Order: sequence, then structure tokens, then C-alpha cells
Amino acid sequence: MSIKDKVIDIIAEQAVLEPSDVSMDSTLESLGIDSLGLVESIFAIEEAFDITVPFNANEPEQSDFDISSVASIIAGIEALVAEQNA
Amino acid sequence: MNRVVITGAGTINALGHNVADTLEAMREGRCGIGALEFRDVDRLAIKIGGQVKGFEAEGHFNRQQMTLYDRFTQFTLMAAKEAMAQSGLEFHGELSAKAGVVLGTAGGGVSTWDANYRTVYEEGKNRVHPFVVPKLMNNAAASHVSMQYNLKGPSFTVSTACASSNHAMAQAFQMVRSGMSPAMLTGGSESMLCFGGVKAWEGLRVMSKDACRPFSANRNGMVQGEGAAIFVFEDYEHARARGAEILAEVVGFAMSSDATDIVMPSKMGAARAISGALQDARINPEQVCYINAHGTGTAANDKTECAAVADVFGPHADQLMISSTKAMHGHLIGGTGAVELLACIMALRDGVVAPTIGYQEFDPECALDIVPNEAREAPVEYALSNAFAFGGLNAVLALKKI
Repeated sequence: MSIKDKVIDIIAEQAVLEPSDVSMDSTLESLGIDSLGLVESIFAIEEAFDITVPFNANEPEQSDFDISSVASIIAGIEALVAEQNA
Repeated sequence: MNRVVITGAGTINALGHNVADTLEAMREGRCGIGALEFRDVDRLAIKIGGQVKGFEAEGHFNRQQMTLYDRFTQFTLMAAKEAMAQSGLEFHGELSAKAGVVLGTAGGGVSTWDANYRTVYEEGKNRVHPFVVPKLMNNAAASHVSMQYNLKGPSFTVSTACASSNHAMAQAFQMVRSGMSPAMLTGGSESMLCFGGVKAWEGLRVMSKDACRPFSANRNGMVQGEGAAIFVFEDYEHARARGAEILAEVVGFAMSSDATDIVMPSKMGAARAISGALQDARINPEQVCYINAHGTGTAANDKTECAAVADVFGPHADQLMISSTKAMHGHLIGGTGAVELLACIMALRDGVVAPTIGYQEFDPECALDIVPNEAREAPVEYALSNAFAFGGLNAVLALKKI
């Protein structure tokens, strides 16, 4: 399974949706994922890829990790996984 | 001052998953204590407890709720659901703004602490689930009850070890009696039956390896239990106006502190709480027919408690009945007073006094009518419920038949 598909699976499960309902330009807000849902998703992503996501819920804009859309989250994870494998 | 009545009760404990089953077990003198079942139990010296068996969170809670609810919160919500259904109350508008929930627990989410310490210490993982804190905090159960039933008034959690529930119910009683709130949810919950929870208690060397035998000369310690009991305390006029079924009246309470020792009980401290409850309820000692004892089955508690009762009641101490239901459901620590209040309700409402089971040998230091081994039918007009905590913090409630 690709990183993209796995991340979409995790986000879909959190949003209680089918993966096909999650598009690349969806935002977490549009999927109905609140702040607790976000930290739970990040935990699930960290567990799935064994990475550490640099995200602080107090200042999401300041984090090195862009959560503005599903596409940006996937790009961020792909970069972290590549960094880890480097 | 308003009269305060109980219009709803709910429970889950080792004797039953609801009030009816629990009271039936108490009437029949059934023992809910058995072999503990959880991970690493073979590494414990103490392998028995009053564990809630046959309860699965699945089916009662959705996936998101299960990730947020420690077992002590799950127990609380199960008991609250039963109590609320019986009361028939719904919280809207002004009633919702004034009503709250005051609960007792000693440990809160002990199994959440335990499981996550295991993850980081034993398994060497460096990451824990983000809900660990909201799951384990001692007020989690009270907060979820407030959210579930739209309780927007005063809500908090009391933690006074084995007296937590009695202290909590005393607070709720006071709020309704003073007119601060027309109705409050109250009671307590505990779930320490996991490896770390029992291991900590083992260290103190007060636990029995075979049975809880309160007041028996051959008693050898306490046995832990788990579960919850929740009640609806309501202003009598409010309850009557809506035609609610009334289970019993709460007529008084008192709290005292031994101010002597962190674990050894004091006769004086216990006696002051008992006599204080009688004064607060404006009743004479002779009117009390039944006391639900703290009765832990330890050498120290049972003789001290009996001496305190003898001091307060004088010759009437030999006339009243005093039983400890802990031999059946175990010691629920912070939740124990709540489950034991059910035995008081049964005595007042049904005229059935729950027995002290496991009684084998007479102890001259516990020479009271402890209702040995078999329940007894007797009319009970007034009952007391004792709780004496580690740390010397005592809380006694007085109830009346209605």
C-alpha cells in the first residue's frame, strides 16, 4: 500500500468515512475531524510509519508540518518517510 | 433546608450489572469474589478480587468513546444510565444549569496509567496514545456524565481514598439540601484491578489471599473489588411534584478527620463522624436499626469500628444490626460507599438486611450483631453508612425509610 493510500485510510477511519470519500483537496475541517481527532490521526500515522511528526497543537501554523489539506499532509509524511530512509 | 430523596440508582459491580441483580445477590448472601483475570496475574501474591465479569465495552460504547473511556468511566456511565432511567429526570433549561455531578474515586484511570507505563517502560516504546491524559484523569468519569446528561452546574470529583464516595455523596446531599440545586447525580467508581493496581496494594501487606471475612476472629485482610454505583439525589418537593418513585431519604451526614496516622484508624475519629451524622440528621441513637459498616476485614478496621459504634450507641449497640457487604463485592476503594448505599436502600425500602458473609469465628473485639452469613428480614427506619479512609478521613451518611 502506498503512503498516500495508507494516510487516506487513517484519515477516513478517523472521519468515519469511506477512503473514496476523502479527496486530496479535502481539509480536516471539511471531513469533520476536530482537534482531538487530529492528534489521534497523527498518532496513528506515527505508529503506521514509525516516524515522529513535528506537530504542536498550540501552534499548528508554526509547525514544520502542513495540515491545511489531505494533499499537504501526505506530502509531509512522504518527506518524513524519505528522510528516515535516507 | 430542603428534604433530599434518592429517585434513581444504578450499579455495576462483582455481584451484578444492575441494581436488581446486586440486591438479589446481597439477599442471597452470594460471594462475587473470585480468581482475578488479567495480564501478569501470575506475578501477584494476591490473586483474588471482586472483579466485574462478563462486561464488554463493545456494544455499549462506540469506537471513539472506547478510546476515551477508562474502565472506571465505563462503569460510571453504565451505572448512571440505569440511575437516570429509573429517575425519569431530564435536564433542560434552569434545572440543567443548576444540576451537576459529584463522584468519588481514589485512583481514577489506574488501568490507563498501568497499560501506558507498560508500553513505555516494559516494551520500550516512545509514543503513547494522545488520549492518555483525558482518559486517566480522576474527573474523567464526572465530566463524561455531565456531557451525557447535560449537567451544567457544579461537577467535580472527590478523592479521599476509601471514603471518596461517601464524601462525594455528602457534597451532593448538601447542595440539594441547601437549595443550591434541585437535583444532583452522585456516587462513585473504581477500577484498580490490574497488575500495577493490585501490586501496589500487596506492598502494604493488608490483603487477604483467600477471602474477606469482616468481624470474624480469623479475618486476614481485605479483598479489592471494582465497579460503580450512581444515584440521583433530588429535592423531595421536586420529586413529589413530578410523581417520581422515591427509594429512600438522605437525612444527614458528617465528616471527621482522625489527624493521627496515615493508615491506622482511630476510634475517636470514627465515633465523631458517626455521632455527627446522628446530630445532623436530628435523630437519637436508639432510632438507628442498621449500619452498613466500613468492615474491611482487616484486623485494625473491624475492631476499631466496633469500638466506635459501641461508644456512640452505648447499650443500643447490642440492639442494632451492623453488616459489611465487602465480603460479597470486595472493597471498591473510592467507589465502595456508593455500592454499599444500595444495601442501606434495600434495608430501608425492602426490610431486608444484607449479611456479613464469610463469618466463621466469634471475635470478642467485634461483639455486635453483624448479621452473620444470612440476610435478615427486619423493619429498618433509619440506617447509617460508614466509610473510614486511609489518611484518617471519615464520612458517615444517615438515611431514612420513606
